Amino acid sequence: MSVQFSKEKLDRVNELISRYPEGKQKSALLPVLHLAQQEFGGWLDVSTMDYVASLLKIQSIEVYEVASFYSMYNLKPVGKYVFEVCQTGPCMLNGSDQIISYIKERLNINVGETTADGLFTLKTVECLGACGYAPMMQLGKIYKENLTKEKVDQIIEECTAIAAANN
Amino acid sequence: MTKKLLLDKVHVEGIRNFDVYRREGGYQSVEKALKMQQDDIVEEVKKSGLRGRGGAGFPTGLKWSFLAKPEGLSRYLVCNADESEPGTFKDRYLMELIPHLLIEGMIVSSYALGSTTSYIYIRGEYDWVSDILDKAIDEAKQNGFLGKNILGSGFDCEIYTHRGAGAYICGEETALLESLEGKRGLPRIKPPFPAVKGVWDCPTVVNNVETIAAVVPIINDGGEAYSKIGVGRSTGTKLISACGNINKPGVYEIDMTISVEEFIYSDEYCGGIPNGKRLKACIPGGSSVPILPANLLLKTAKGETRMMNYESLSDGGFATGSMMGSGGFIVLDEDQCVVRHTLTLARFYHHESCGQCSPCREGTGWMEKVFQKIENGKGEMKDIDLLWDIQRRIEGNTICPLGDAAAWPVAAAIRHFRDEFEWHINNREECLIRNYGLAHYADPLEAVVS
Amino acid sequence: MAEEQQLFKITIDGITIEVPQGTTVLNAARMIGKEVAPPAMCYYSKLEGSGGKCRTCLVEVAAGSTKDPRPMPKLVASCRTVVMDGMIVKNKTSERVIDARNGIVEYLLINHPLDCPICDQAGECHLQDLGYDHGLAGTRYEFKRRTFVREDIGPYVQLHMTRCILCYRCVYVADQLTDHRVHGILDRGDHSDISTYVSKAIDNDFSGNMIDVCPVGALTDRTYRFKNRVWFLKPMDAHRDCDKCCGKVTLWNRGDEVYRVTARKDPWGEVQEIDGKTAWICNTCRFEKKKASDWTIEGPTKIDRHSVISANHYAEKVQPPDPLNKVLFGRKPLLLMDIHEVSKVNTPDIDLSKIPGPATSTTFIDRDEAKDIEQAEAERLLINDHKELP
Repeated sequence: MSVQFSKEKLDRVNELISRYPEGKQKSALLPVLHLAQQEFGGWLDVSTMDYVASLLKIQSIEVYEVASFYSMYNLKPVGKYVFEVCQTGPCMLNGSDQIISYIKERLNINVGETTADGLFTLKTVECLGACGYAPMMQLGKIYKENLTKEKVDQIIEECTAIAAANN
Repeated sequence: MTKKLLLDKVHVEGIRNFDVYRREGGYQSVEKALKMQQDDIVEEVKKSGLRGRGGAGFPTGLKWSFLAKPEGLSRYLVCNADESEPGTFKDRYLMELIPHLLIEGMIVSSYALGSTTSYIYIRGEYDWVSDILDKAIDEAKQNGFLGKNILGSGFDCEIYTHRGAGAYICGEETALLESLEGKRGLPRIKPPFPAVKGVWDCPTVVNNVETIAAVVPIINDGGEAYSKIGVGRSTGTKLISACGNINKPGVYEIDMTISVEEFIYSDEYCGGIPNGKRLKACIPGGSSVPILPANLLLKTAKGETRMMNYESLSDGGFATGSMMGSGGFIVLDEDQCVVRHTLTLARFYHHESCGQCSPCREGTGWMEKVFQKIENGKGEMKDIDLLWDIQRRIEGNTICPLGDAAAWPVAAAIRHFRDEFEWHINNREECLIRNYGLAHYADPLEAVVS
Repeated sequence: MAEEQQLFKITIDGITIEVPQGTTVLNAARMIGKEVAPPAMCYYSKLEGSGGKCRTCLVEVAAGSTKDPRPMPKLVASCRTVVMDGMIVKNKTSERVIDARNGIVEYLLINHPLDCPICDQAGECHLQDLGYDHGLAGTRYEFKRRTFVREDIGPYVQLHMTRCILCYRCVYVADQLTDHRVHGILDRGDHSDISTYVSKAIDNDFSGNMIDVCPVGALTDRTYRFKNRVWFLKPMDAHRDCDKCCGKVTLWNRGDEVYRVTARKDPWGEVQEIDGKTAWICNTCRFEKKKASDWTIEGPTKIDRHSVISANHYAEKVQPPDPLNKVLFGRKPLLLMDIHEVSKVNTPDIDLSKIPGPATSTTFIDRDEAKDIEQAEAERLLINDHKELP
């Protein structure tokens, strides 16, 4: 087993399991996968998923099935900052197409790609429930809303600065 | 001005905190409800005429009364906070700004239904909202409104949040339950209905966030008082999330007696369309309900003023009407392209189809491809009829309503905007650089109907 | 006295039958017969939880029950709808059903490779049958079809995902027959994929049954791959003592050679029930006993006469039941007219029912005369042949 939660995170896993009836520990799969993705590099490796399966006492395939169904789990490595830009109807009406092409141009990558320095990944996603604050994107835990080109510039600069400071 | 039942206290400073919320009169409904018989609470909800706010509009009290109560099986209340319908963001607004209202409603509803462990299934992307709810739950527990023997009533209740992970389909109640069980979000084949066999095979009620929040004023003021707000079978207030080309996008609480025109143009609500542009079309209830051209939106085919309520919005059926749906109000101005907009919706439903049943799995992808073809200036006349045929054979033939949700917007776009499709096909190069524009879509209705 | 099981009356396409309470509409239709049974691509009566997905078995409920005779607004999946007393169902007699079914077949085929000429399943493929009954002559789909790379999942089974219609049957087999499932449906929507995800071999004793339940050629037998076509093979019922399974199988022979071994199938293409149990077979019987000497041969398998497998195999073809008896409720047919009473011309000397095969021009003349005629004919042909030579 190449991955292992810390003691603190294991307690968290057990707390998650305890939220569901006895014997229904599989119910904790979604939250535990979120935790695993957050802890182990922003994506789910096969060994990570096998580890989660062993924690929940289920078959590995049950984890693969679930992880591949939901769009928030990354099954391939992603950049440090993932720009998930909404492109559905209401965002489109407010110019999400232009925002997406601007980000492509700024970062010199296509949708689905990661910059060479491994810092940014650009994804297009479907409605994130922020239609009134369009165009928008999700960046990690938070939503960046009412995007303009200037705002995108600012976000990219901030991320670059934080990454530089952490290195 | 609408009397606000849900969002009245939203802007009180610190309302997210238990103390402020309590000081503003919060949690009184729990105190009141715990002294009532469970069946009496269900009766109050029935009396109120409250209808499910998630989109289907099914009477909540009736849904509650269907809950099976077999010996030895736990019953569960699950709150559907998997808000993912394009155009809809009202639940997020409510949970983010006034989380205790939902928790309060959850406690009362859990008591009414006999659920000692209840879950809030929240869409995965609302990560920070889930944290806000967790904090609210903790506070409620510290203050004795959750946990063992709530307020000495003998009623125990725990509430947990459960984050999804990106799947629109989990807003369908049985897919949501599958997801809550840690599985792929595949809708179940009904019957059995969740009220008999829900999560972990136990009787379960699934209600939308706004529905559960509405239980609070119903218990506080009584079902009858609630039923007097609004009109006809559209009782109470409804949260509308307005977006698209309007001056003031946001969430509004309305009492369903105002007209659509007032909602779009008055400063109290959407504040009109930016830059003095004209209204072309609108999807009044979330992306899956039929789109209407401006003339049919503001007036029904009978020539009556269209109102913002369940009955009036659906007046005329799908031929000339639409639906209240989830209250996601999407406005398109004169510069927008209906083909392009419907394409994004077709892409959305293709992306979100779970793939379990064949019409939806294959049909949604096919529709998106035909739309791409037309939008990219390669369309042929037969493609319009093909699209019509594909949607027609998806509708009603699938396991869950996602198939219908994918079919309706396409059907309505073709029904009302066929000439815009034809223009794309006849002007293959021009359609790449400019849009069809307003055309006749805002012309007086009389001219259109006759 | 044992409690009498309640019987419910259901009418399907005008034919009424009484079935035990809890029977599904599809199974009731199957009890009536092939004429009214809706097709089923995902439902498999022996696999719990299967069905409801493919939507090919949709039927129209014209009356819900005697108590509540309202029609159901939507078409329902007959495989998952339970019969109510007095229900009236329309299958082939409903235009709505036929239209919906045509649509569903079209959907199932838009991403199907239509590679029947090189597919091992051809001839016993349910999608092929469905395509014949409900498909269009051409396709209206003009985009790139979804394709996948073929994958060997273990030494015996090949997964040809491009052909898959996502019926989930193989997943139920793995769940219900094997001790732990290693494959499943990954991803979602129209890019869903059956896989082990990490290219694991499926090495369970009963994994071969996935091939039998697969309605299309997505899961095929690697030991039989490209070896023959099913319609050239003669199916024979056979058995052996097996410590893992019932050992009752169908051998598919050509000459003395056993080309493949499958479980025995019932008229619906499902694995038969033998002695009250579903006769699933183990991988040893299926893949490793390919010599006739491994088996005790019971005799030719009974095959539906309409099946392509029946082509050229007359010995044990199943004759359709004589409908006359049924419609006359056992009464003898009343002849309106006996031809011999009104005409003396054709009074036969020969009892036609006694002659082998159909009557020909030589049937009614004596043997010697027949020989003469044959000879004269042969000479005529010979002369003609010579005439044509240069």
